[in-house]
Amino acid sequence: MDLGPHSGFIIASYALCILTVLALVAWVRIDKLVQDRALKELADQGIVRNRPDTPKQ
Amino acid sequence: MAFWDYANPTRFLRLVQIVLPWLVGLCVITFAVGLYMSFQAPEDYQQGQTIRIMYIHVPAAWLCMMCYTVMSLSSIGTLVWKHPLADVSAKSAAPIGAAFTFMALLTGSLWGKPMWGTYWVWDARLTSVLVLLIMYLGLMTLWRTMDDPIKAGKAAAVLTLVGALNLPIIKFSVDWWNTLHQPASVVRLDGPTIHPDQLWPLLVMAIAFTLLFLVLHLMAMRNEILRRRVRALRMRAASASHPGTAAATAQPAE
Repeated sequence: MDLGPHSGFIIASYALCILTVLALVAWVRIDKLVQDRALKELADQGIVRNRPDTPKQ
Repeated sequence: MAFWDYANPTRFLRLVQIVLPWLVGLCVITFAVGLYMSFQAPEDYQQGQTIRIMYIHVPAAWLCMMCYTVMSLSSIGTLVWKHPLADVSAKSAAPIGAAFTFMALLTGSLWGKPMWGTYWVWDARLTSVLVLLIMYLGLMTLWRTMDDPIKAGKAAAVLTLVGALNLPIIKFSVDWWNTLHQPASVVRLDGPTIHPDQLWPLLVMAIAFTLLFLVLHLMAMRNEILRRRVRALRMRAASASHPGTAAATAQPAE
């Protein structure tokens, strides 16, 4: 596909969006791993939540 | 079970676990269709192929405003109803909104250079969106500068609502002032002025961006709930090992 004389601007725009979205996805995935690891470490030390998972109806 | 019951963080996490895979699948499919349509759409008679930038610039610009609207509604939830997930929602949305604003500014700049002859002008639309980016960054900083998340959440909620005044300024800046940026051509009282062949890809991409926001927001909210649980457990452990020294502040979303 011929993107014309301004192809550099079009490709740069799409590349930038893809990079930003990938950065966002990496941020949420890494943050989830960090929190899961922290909870596991606490659980290994016997520190767990002691309230029921669901509130009383 | 009433919708309000999902205010319970544990129930919310269960809901996220069920809904998230479907939303991710839908988001990927919508992006694939939207991108295909964007590159199949005819080029503009004036702008040529650079019209392709519109299919990412405009949805990013819409989403940066929608994200701030979500934060403003969440802030009302924090201040008025002290909703357990409202503060979590507002805090989680800020980095996503900042990223969309960053995308809108940079793609706009890359579109502006070949069309206007410049990457940047200090006109009302561009400047008000830059102010929005600064607001997002300021709010993210505010949340990080306070140790107590409840106090930080309240302060951020007030600042978010003050910053919401910028939203109508962004929307109507092209009507109120003489700007280099073109006026609205989709969301207008007299209907869109874009040809349907270019409008449909734009709308599909807007749906794809909205789904992306939903996916990222739900994931970020889940992380924030887990972070607050970690904090509460660490404070409880510290309190148990050093009785009388921990002044833990319980958080609703733990």
